[in-house]
Amino acid sequence: MKILVPIKRVVDYNVKVRVAADGSGVDTQGVKMSMNPFDEIAVEEGIRLRESGAAKEVVVVTIGAQAAQDVLRTAMAMGADRAILVKTDDTLEPRAVANALKAVIERENPSIVSMGKQAIDDDMNATGQILAAKLNWPQATFASKVVVNGDKAEVTREIDGGTATFAVPLPAIITADLRLNEPRYASLPNIMKARKKPLETIELESLGVDTASRLTTISVAEPAERQAGVMVSSVAELVEKLKTEAKVI
Amino acid sequence: MTALVLLEIENGAVRQASRSAVAAASAFGSVDVLVLGAGAEAAARLPGVARVRHAESLSDSIAESASALLASIAAEYTHIISAATANGKNILPRLAGLLDVQPIPDVIAIQDADTFVRPIYAGNALATVRSSDNIKVLTVRGANFDPVASEGGSASIEAIALDTSATIPSVEEISVNLSTSERPELESARVVLSGGRGLKDAANFKLLDPIADKLGAAIGASRAAVDSGFAPNEMQVGQTGKIVAPELYVAVGLSGAIQHLAGMKDSRVIVAINIDPEAPIFRVADYGLVADLFTVLPELEQAL
Ligand SMILES: Cc1cc2nc3c(=O)[nH]c(=O)nc-3n(C[C@H](O)[C@H](O)[C@H](O)COP(=O)(O)OP(=O)(O)OC[C@H]3O[C@@H](n4cnc5c(N)ncnc54)[C@H](O)[C@@H]3O)c2cc1C
Ligand SMILES: Cc1cc2nc3c(=O)[nH]c(=O)nc-3n(C[C@H](O)[C@H](O)[C@H](O)COP(=O)(O)OP(=O)(O)OC[C@H]3O[C@@H](n4cnc5c(N)ncnc54)[C@H](O)[C@@H]3O)c2cc1C
Repeated sequence: MKILVPIKRVVDYNVKVRVAADGSGVDTQGVKMSMNPFDEIAVEEGIRLRESGAAKEVVVVTIGAQAAQDVLRTAMAMGADRAILVKTDDTLEPRAVANALKAVIERENPSIVSMGKQAIDDDMNATGQILAAKLNWPQATFASKVVVNGDKAEVTREIDGGTATFAVPLPAIITADLRLNEPRYASLPNIMKARKKPLETIELESLGVDTASRLTTISVAEPAERQAGVMVSSVAELVEKLKTEAKVI
Repeated sequence: MTALVLLEIENGAVRQASRSAVAAASAFGSVDVLVLGAGAEAAARLPGVARVRHAESLSDSIAESASALLASIAAEYTHIISAATANGKNILPRLAGLLDVQPIPDVIAIQDADTFVRPIYAGNALATVRSSDNIKVLTVRGANFDPVASEGGSASIEAIALDTSATIPSVEEISVNLSTSERPELESARVVLSGGRGLKDAANFKLLDPIADKLGAAIGASRAAVDSGFAPNEMQVGQTGKIVAPELYVAVGLSGAIQHLAGMKDSRVIVAINIDPEAPIFRVADYGLVADLFTVLPELEQAL
């Protein structure tokens, strides 16, 4: 069984982004970029499934610019077997990403697509679900536990009031939530080894899929700044202020 | 123009987040709602709803069939909307995939029928986007739209069913594990009391209980507190947890990482209690108290 893991290169989660002065977008010049944190979890899950014998191969794929190779190498240093870069300089929406991933999936025939539940730049939380619809595959989103049993996966999902467990026939799309696992660090020897693992580049155009945007970004703005508040020196003062000044208790 | 809202029903009542979605949908004209499973009568009583479409045999926990049903009636609508809840985020993007449109998640403001504002980068920027799709598929954040009342309307109820000739992947729910709490729902509570890793363990986390009782508050948690096992995951507030905007948010022993702020910085009044004067939470707090929470919490319980 093969597992395909789509990963995205995003602004590192520790960076506080700034909106560009002209309101056209977010300043990403010279900002640290990393693998989307949810995708690290999805890669880890794929590797664990291979290590447990449930899967044979873990293939990572990204759709992005040449620079996105670095996250593919990181994933291979974690343990993924090989990588595919679908190369484009455009920034694609989830619908377009799903169309491209569908074409890759038709070539690779994985049994499980393990991906992040959301990318922390655009916070769309949509690509996995769109892809599942386009393939007419079942989906298990926001997964916090995955057990593969023959041709089924038993997936525990995070829902608003708690968790729920579903039996999902394979092939399926599984999107990772934060609690699914703790991704491993790549050791130096594994980083060296990853340099020799196969990385194939495909031009996006060669897939012949529709990647047109349906959303146009009109402007990007800073959210309203909160006024700096006051410091109080005691519980009594705090309670007094909440009662008489803020009138919330 | 007519909008369709996918409702969520809980204990026979329409969830507050869904009532906010109905309020948002009224910006587009006439509003129909869809109910999966029980609860059509409660939906019919929502003010401003023209028609309840009711598929009694379906469940909103199964995205495959829910999205297929939505797709079968989508052509009658210009906008298809749900609250940005776990179910909404599971079902609506799949519907968008079936319709081949680009969904617009987490809308916080509607400018016109095509133009929406949504947060990106954990709320550090707000993007205004215009959609060119014929049918707009969106989820809306409850905290940003005043919910319609639960009573006052009298919509007609009309049964619909899923076309069984279509092939739909067969996902099966095996078990559900819901946390029960007597406290108000996190997303609709007037006061939220949240604890972080500073509480040190699950036993200490219970120090929040008597104060929450006095304030009628819901209890929230940072991800670190949840990961350390102090609180269940559905209490997590933040970029990847619940988004709340209560009248009063009290942050106890949590640092205020951007991912946490993403879930609470629109609260009307924020109080932070932290031993570290440099903690980022103080930069968004209206009232900050630099002190040890283990002395503050008992004092606060006394003072209320
Ligand atoms: C300010 C701003 C303006 C923008 N304007 C436009 C615009 O006008 N037009 C436009 O087309 N786009 C624009 N974009 C970019 C585009 O909207 C997003 O990159 C796109 O929506 C992808 O969303 P997401 O990655 O958040 O998807 P999500 O659905 O949140 O991602 C979920 C998962 O999908 C997978 N995934 C997502 N993307 C990839 C990928 N590239 N390769 C591999 N796997 C992937 C990952 O597993 C990821 O965890 C803009 C972005 C910003 C920040
Ligand atoms: C992709 C991603 C998504 C995430 N999503 C979320 C999310 O949705 N929600 C979320 O909360 N986090 C999220 N996080 C995690 C986030 O980055 C932080 O790690 C987390 O919020 C920290 O939790 P904390 O403030 O409780 O812990 P810490 O950062 O450890 O802070 C503990 C605080 O307690 C204070 N303290 C300690 N002892 C005392 C005492 N005796 N009295 C008073 N104060 C004391 C300390 O000074 C410190 O400020 C996410 C991270 C990632 C990478």
